[in-house]
Amino acid sequence: MALKASELKVGDTHTARLVEDLKRTQLVQYAGASGDYNPLHSDEIFTTKVAGYPSVFAHGMLTMGMTGKMLTDYVGDARLTKYGVRFTSQVWPGDTLDSTATVKAVTDKDGKKVVELDVKTVNQNGVEVLSGYAEARVDP
Amino acid sequence: MAVKTFPVEATHILMFARSVGDDNPVYADAEYAKKTEAGGIIAPPTFAQASAQFDPDYVLRPRPGKPWFGSGKNPSGVTRESSGGGGGNGGGLHAEQHFEYHRHVKPGDVLTATNLPGKTWEKEGRRSGKLIFSETVTEYRDQNGELVITARGVGVRTERPVDQQ
Repeated sequence: MALKASELKVGDTHTARLVEDLKRTQLVQYAGASGDYNPLHSDEIFTTKVAGYPSVFAHGMLTMGMTGKMLTDYVGDARLTKYGVRFTSQVWPGDTLDSTATVKAVTDKDGKKVVELDVKTVNQNGVEVLSGYAEARVDP
Repeated sequence: MAVKTFPVEATHILMFARSVGDDNPVYADAEYAKKTEAGGIIAPPTFAQASAQFDPDYVLRPRPGKPWFGSGKNPSGVTRESSGGGGGNGGGLHAEQHFEYHRHVKPGDVLTATNLPGKTWEKEGRRSGKLIFSETVTEYRDQNGELVITARGVGVRTERPVDQQ
């Protein structure tokens, strides 16, 4: 289950598909669960006619949340100690996202082993939509 | 966001995990979760953001009797102060989000969220004109006053909608 420091090498990667053909309904689902009802994510009329975008688009935090699944599936439950991202491009309905964690370092922290990861999520055109890092406790 | 009481409930965790497409039973099945290292249901990594549900003044939630900027009879329920502003009214776009986990949140926790002052800065954007960034640091503490999550968010307001090259 958990990763082992002794088996991790700098440059190791873990990749997962986060979503295929992202649906507007999922944006609505995320709005309801998170409480962020910004119409930019659910209201096509407001978003195209008033805000000036081609369509509604995903909450950055939805992309971060989906990317989080890739991370916790890799490092195990309750293992994350840090997770941070920059939102580098918008995510649109219809997008297909793939996410990769790359081992940057395996270090000691307070006498325990941790893995530092680079995190990147790209869309179907290879455009980066999220770039960040994570840190997780690993077994020796 | 500043929140006095954020009661963490299993149903909310279940709905939040579903919304991000995460079907890991550690977020939904108490019997299963008990046998994992987590020792019970925990919240997924970005769940703290759902504290917005418990912020009485949260601007991105329609409230009865208050104007709402989304569409109804008209494309927007309010008159906008300017024509640009790619973020729309209320909060701009989200540029960055960082979490540091001191422990993982679980059902039964009652959190408070306190905002600390953050920096603001400006930048000239290639695709959206002038960008104004503002940072918020939020400390989530549990019912015993223990720090559970430190969050840092960066929002950005743009001069005009982001160009789609």
